[in-house]
Amino acid sequence: MNILKIAVRNIQRNVRRSLMTILAIAVGTMAMLIFGEYVAQVFVSMETQNVSRSGHISVFRTGYFKYGSGNPAAYGIHDYQTFLKLIAEDSILKPLINVVTPTISLFGIAGNFDADASKTFFGLGVVPADFNRMHLWDEHHLKLAAKLHINKLNEQDETHGFIGVGLGRILGLCEPLNIPDCDKKQSPETTQKSTIQDKRDFSSLEEKSNQITPESEGNTVPRLDLLAATAASAPNVVSFYVDKAVTQGVKEFDDSIIIMNFKLAQKLLYGRGEKQAVAIVIQLNKTEDIPIARARIDKLIKEQGLDLETKELTELQPFYTQAMKMFAAIFSFISAVIGVIVLFTIINTMSMSVMERTQEIGTLRAMGVKRKGIVVQFILEGALLGFIGATLGLIFGSILAQIINHSGLTWLPPGQASSIPLKVLTSGVSELMFDIWIIISVISTIAAWVPARRAAKMKIVDALGHV
Amino acid sequence: MSEEPVVIFKSVSKIYQMGEVSIPALNNVSLSIPKRRFSMVLGPSGSGKTTLLNLIGCLDQPTNGTIEICGEKIAAISDDMMSDFRAQNIGFIFQNFNLIPVLTAFENVEYPLTLLGMSPSIRREKSLSILESVGLKDHARHRPNQLSGGQKQRVAIARALVKGPMLVLADEPTANLDSKTGASIIDLMYTIQEQYGATFVFSTHDPQLISHAQDVFSIRDGELIEHHTERG
Repeated sequence: MNILKIAVRNIQRNVRRSLMTILAIAVGTMAMLIFGEYVAQVFVSMETQNVSRSGHISVFRTGYFKYGSGNPAAYGIHDYQTFLKLIAEDSILKPLINVVTPTISLFGIAGNFDADASKTFFGLGVVPADFNRMHLWDEHHLKLAAKLHINKLNEQDETHGFIGVGLGRILGLCEPLNIPDCDKKQSPETTQKSTIQDKRDFSSLEEKSNQITPESEGNTVPRLDLLAATAASAPNVVSFYVDKAVTQGVKEFDDSIIIMNFKLAQKLLYGRGEKQAVAIVIQLNKTEDIPIARARIDKLIKEQGLDLETKELTELQPFYTQAMKMFAAIFSFISAVIGVIVLFTIINTMSMSVMERTQEIGTLRAMGVKRKGIVVQFILEGALLGFIGATLGLIFGSILAQIINHSGLTWLPPGQASSIPLKVLTSGVSELMFDIWIIISVISTIAAWVPARRAAKMKIVDALGHV
Repeated sequence: MSEEPVVIFKSVSKIYQMGEVSIPALNNVSLSIPKRRFSMVLGPSGSGKTTLLNLIGCLDQPTNGTIEICGEKIAAISDDMMSDFRAQNIGFIFQNFNLIPVLTAFENVEYPLTLLGMSPSIRREKSLSILESVGLKDHARHRPNQLSGGQKQRVAIARALVKGPMLVLADEPTANLDSKTGASIIDLMYTIQEQYGATFVFSTHDPQLISHAQDVFSIRDGELIEHHTERG
């Protein structure tokens, strides 16, 4: 007669109480699973969005990361093509890398002379083909590019690109770019006044820029004039055609971003001087390869004696790390609360069981069952309740996850300007499920130990005399 | 009384401590119970019968004095060793039968053999054999709630005897049975005692049971006031 069989029968003894206990454990497990899968979905969504925008690793001139954003031109990477080739053709890095591409970051003033409006901008110069390919990165098979309607940058014409929706509003491009929520009366007078005052100077630059980009003649899309200081501190201007206003998550970013062709950014930042890149962005096939890839790139830099440094995703995107930590903390807190509920549910159930079976405990002890045998018997019963509850919780949780994923609900995640479908991650979560199952089962076992120990400590004569 | 004693009490006292109040249950009791006999402990309620049986059954420890059961001085052994000792040497029959409700009659009888680490085939053979002896082979698969009071007590007797203990203790085994069933249970115990050669010690008020006694120990207010041998 094995004790497992006895434990199963004892659980069946008070069916309603056992069912309620199992149900409570199952609901707790289900809540942990759904929230865990939701957090996992947020993690991989954020990772996918960040990686598709900024890659996994960026290489800068030493010091750029700390001081260069104020003057990107001063921290350009000389002969970046050679370094690109070095990385792209390295036998260790090659199989790991999806995209390796140069980028330029710059600041300047964008002007729309038709609307008498101008605004300082933050420009990002990218190689369109690489930019488009980076946005297709989808290690976790989320298909976010399709869901978020990621737009492709024009690969044919270097004068074309995107701007932030907020910048489009400020520069009076609501109508041509079909920007919603535009109200011209809200435009600040000061901006208009200063634009009018500066018009004469800008007009002359505009003419100059037209000479720089003759290939853009005949273009019907809205045009901006971008003014920036070159690396040699000379003013420079180019014409930029806005294909689309693209929503950015952060308002400040939305009000200032211009995504332009790398060559146009080079023209603006370096004029007729040596064409450089501000950063080399590396997007890997898998995030888990960051340590290997970074170590290899650092080694190459050292071997070549280059004045460069590497930064990875978590350093480049502190918000990503902070948000991950916050969600992890919330998940831990919720798990702890559920764990305590499970703990007390099991303690209560097993305590009731011990009370009801006091005489039986006395009988077993009288027949020669040791204290340890009583403890094992009750712990096994508590653990069994936990195993069954946790298993049912995972099954119900998986069904609920499918229902949520097909419900069509949407939510607005942090750092996003538009709602996305509410999803929970259902693939690649076997480790999470296993961890939850183990946690609930261990809690149940520990919870059963308390009344089990009390049962084993009973005096036999008292237990036998219990009615 | 040719057999050597299976139970020896020397100046045994048991005092229960209820807070600050001391309640003496047994006072300086010395006795010896011979092997293979039908012995009775008689006395009014509260006289100390159950305490005496608990001490004989190694379920409790005396406050003073020494107890020797089956040649073993029980004060000197640990709780786990005491459990092993009970598992090997002592069988219990309770007034309320105390069968394990989730086990069948067969499993209840088989359980003490599991504690002794016997193989399943031997357990099965022994259990079915003794169930046959008590006339319940056909009820082997029945759970206690499917048995009558008399049948339950037969299962309890089978459970107490299946391991072939030297000593069987029965605390008022017929108290919860009607007189007819009680009589049949007494006959059964008497027959089985002769068949298995175990020493039976009862506490009882039942005159039917007393009539079968070979040794009678009378207790009052925790003291042994009389011991006489009826026959044998």
